Amino acid sequence: MTHIFETYSVIAVYSALVVYTVAFIAFTLDLARRSAPATASVRTGTMATASGGRATALLERLATDAPAGSSGSTRQLRLAMGFAVAGWVLHVTAAVLRGLAAGRVPWANMFEFSLTATAIIVGVFLAAQFWQDLRFLGVYIIGFTMLLLGIASVNFYVPISPLPPALQSAWLVIHVFVASLGTGFFAIGAGLSIAQLLQFRRETTGRGPGFLATLPSAATLENLAYRVILVGFVFWTFTLIAGAIWAERAWGRYWGWDTKEVWTFIIWTIFAGYIHARATRGWRGSRSAWLAIVGFSAVMFNFTIVNLFFKGLHTYSGL
Amino acid sequence: MDSSRPSDHFDSAPPTEGITQPKLGFIGYVRFFWRQLTSMKTALFLLLLLAFAAIPGSLVPQRSSDPNGVVAFKAENPDLFPLLDTLQVFNTYTSVWFSAIYLLLFISLIGCIVPRTRHHWQALRTRPPRTPARLERLAGFTSITATADATAALDSAEALLKRQGYRVERFPMSVSAERGYLRETGNLIFHMALVGVLLSVGIGGGFGYSGQRVVVEGQKFVNVLGDYDSFNPGPFFSSDVLSPYRVKLDSFEATYETQNVNAIGQAIDYSANVTTTDASGADDTATVKVNSPLSIGGTEIYLLGNGYAPQLVVRDPDGKVVWADDVPFLPQDAFLTSVGIVKVPDGLAEQIGMAGLFYPTATDLDSGAMSSSNPDLNDPKLTLRVYSGDLGLDEGIPRSVYALETDDLTPIAGDGADTKALELGVGDVVDLPNGLGTIEMTGVKRFASFDVHHDPSQLWVLLFAILILGGLLTGLFIPRRRVWVKVAEQDGGDLRLEYAGLARGEDPGLESAVTEIAAKHSQLLGLKLNP
Repeated sequence: MTHIFETYSVIAVYSALVVYTVAFIAFTLDLARRSAPATASVRTGTMATASGGRATALLERLATDAPAGSSGSTRQLRLAMGFAVAGWVLHVTAAVLRGLAAGRVPWANMFEFSLTATAIIVGVFLAAQFWQDLRFLGVYIIGFTMLLLGIASVNFYVPISPLPPALQSAWLVIHVFVASLGTGFFAIGAGLSIAQLLQFRRETTGRGPGFLATLPSAATLENLAYRVILVGFVFWTFTLIAGAIWAERAWGRYWGWDTKEVWTFIIWTIFAGYIHARATRGWRGSRSAWLAIVGFSAVMFNFTIVNLFFKGLHTYSGL
Repeated sequence: MDSSRPSDHFDSAPPTEGITQPKLGFIGYVRFFWRQLTSMKTALFLLLLLAFAAIPGSLVPQRSSDPNGVVAFKAENPDLFPLLDTLQVFNTYTSVWFSAIYLLLFISLIGCIVPRTRHHWQALRTRPPRTPARLERLAGFTSITATADATAALDSAEALLKRQGYRVERFPMSVSAERGYLRETGNLIFHMALVGVLLSVGIGGGFGYSGQRVVVEGQKFVNVLGDYDSFNPGPFFSSDVLSPYRVKLDSFEATYETQNVNAIGQAIDYSANVTTTDASGADDTATVKVNSPLSIGGTEIYLLGNGYAPQLVVRDPDGKVVWADDVPFLPQDAFLTSVGIVKVPDGLAEQIGMAGLFYPTATDLDSGAMSSSNPDLNDPKLTLRVYSGDLGLDEGIPRSVYALETDDLTPIAGDGADTKALELGVGDVVDLPNGLGTIEMTGVKRFASFDVHHDPSQLWVLLFAILILGGLLTGLFIPRRRVWVKVAEQDGGDLRLEYAGLARGEDPGLESAVTEIAAKHSQLLGLKLNP
């Protein structure tokens, strides 16, 4: 039975990758369509919202703030979201089957971390749509997920093995899950910050891909990124504290500057800097966007390079 | 907006240029540097510098967490090592430069907390401000013209705002309200708790200690200084705090995977069954596991390692036992190939030292060498290289029991000798070279490696960590805002109602909050909203 679940899980992962690929293509087509000269329908949409909307940069008004709201009706985008949701269902199924097969949470080695963390990232992305129309980030999020999930499936795959004594703790469930959740928010925050930088360049120099015209303004993107990253920061703080409590139980000290601890601290400090940058003259705008991108790069560095190549106590990659 | 904030806070007035500054005296310079240190830019710079400065410690082994790694690094990079060591990169987190950054950061932080606390304390006791003359330019401005009574309208507005948690001040023709004081409270608690963590670690940690002890099954250890293999006291440690309890390792059980073909030999469980005797002499039994330390006498005992301890007996040529011990062998790999040292200083014709390799499940490799194929004790084999000569034990210099200096010794079995290395299974008696006597492996026991910690700062750090999280949540997500409701009697006897808000800090929901208040208020007054 266990073996069957493990096999089905692998099948589900590869199916998810195929479906994500279709979603990725559709998201790309959507951006390409947005880059094309504005069609009549988009123009009217813009006018309608311009007359009805009040000029504010707030979440409830965002749909009227950006013409992007009007592109919600395109076929490519709806198709892309449909495939993204279908891919995500397969993706989650793969993680659940893996967990059932192992008889524990599906995040105890590098393959499983990647499998579950990417599922959580896509989950956060999909859930965020109920809050804001962030579908323009689809190419970025799904592309990123495909890359990581693909590498994980091909290069990091290890058969199911039991939990080593050090990981036999309820903190494994909480600590790693919340860290992945925080990563999901940081990923979206970095995506918004990249969009912000591109948008800012378009606003100041007029250069950049055409689809930017359908995206919210740089200031709005910055506000959105800030709010998403705040949530990520709270999760990251919790991860740090939960990790310290667990470290005390498992290793006899709550903090020991283990390589993974160091990088978690570095990431926390970068994002603390990001939050302060917003309150510092001369640091709003592009500078803080760069901080968000550097912060998320550090998260990825911590997840990949530190896990695989650095010596330390967090050697659970299973590779 | 907020005078307590640093002058370069994004919403304080931009600096005016072109003013000729008076010459600064000493006090003036001190004030100038203090201003610089407590400015947002400096704080941000120090914060990012701290992140950057933490990186080297993850690239290079640290003495605190990986002392063997430092030794290995020195051997591999003999040229680079002295330079890096001078720069204190092997002690990154206690180095002068790292300490300087975080101390400056914390001074800057305190320089920010103190005035803001004072300011917030005053704000907490201040009534909401007077209603601005013109609300039109403020956020979420909404106005309604309706037939209503001014006093009744203000009464219901006051009640509505109070219900929503606003602090309300009534003026003749308006209501002024403010809420979200908890935002700044949380913000201050977050930053104070950071200082709290630093102080707890710095001061509380100094009273703690940690000690390591390897205990073989059947052995006991007592919580006194002399009974530890290694001991690391904090700077304020005094040996009086050691509670004289005793811990005996009755048995150690290790369970390894045997079913899952992909994970044969992977550890599933380690349990150290112990009998404890506290200071009053009361006995108790307990099990120490990874992730489940034992609390006793104000300390925590952690199970951090384990391995095998072959039971060895050395006899002289007459068959008299001259030396017998259970020798802990330190594991080198996942299948517990272990290394150990045996020193027999007395009783034989010569002093001998032996360097051994222990294989719990011995397997012959094609190369002729031996290796272990499973961590469990299926087919234990011990190989020993034997040296004779002066072990250096009689000079009163402390020698590690886990190391054998072979430079001045003569190999008599194994590498460099005519005789092959000795090989023993359980129950085997093997002759030592040169007719020195015999050695026997009578059995194999397990040992547990315990870490004993006493850290009085721990609970404080946890408390401050919880305050950090709580302060973060309230400081980031509770909006601080002012809302005004204003009435004006129109010429035709109609009443003009105006609503507007002002964000104090990040407040993305302000507009909708004001609109909602206007709508609710109209509802209360029985009006139909018609902006």
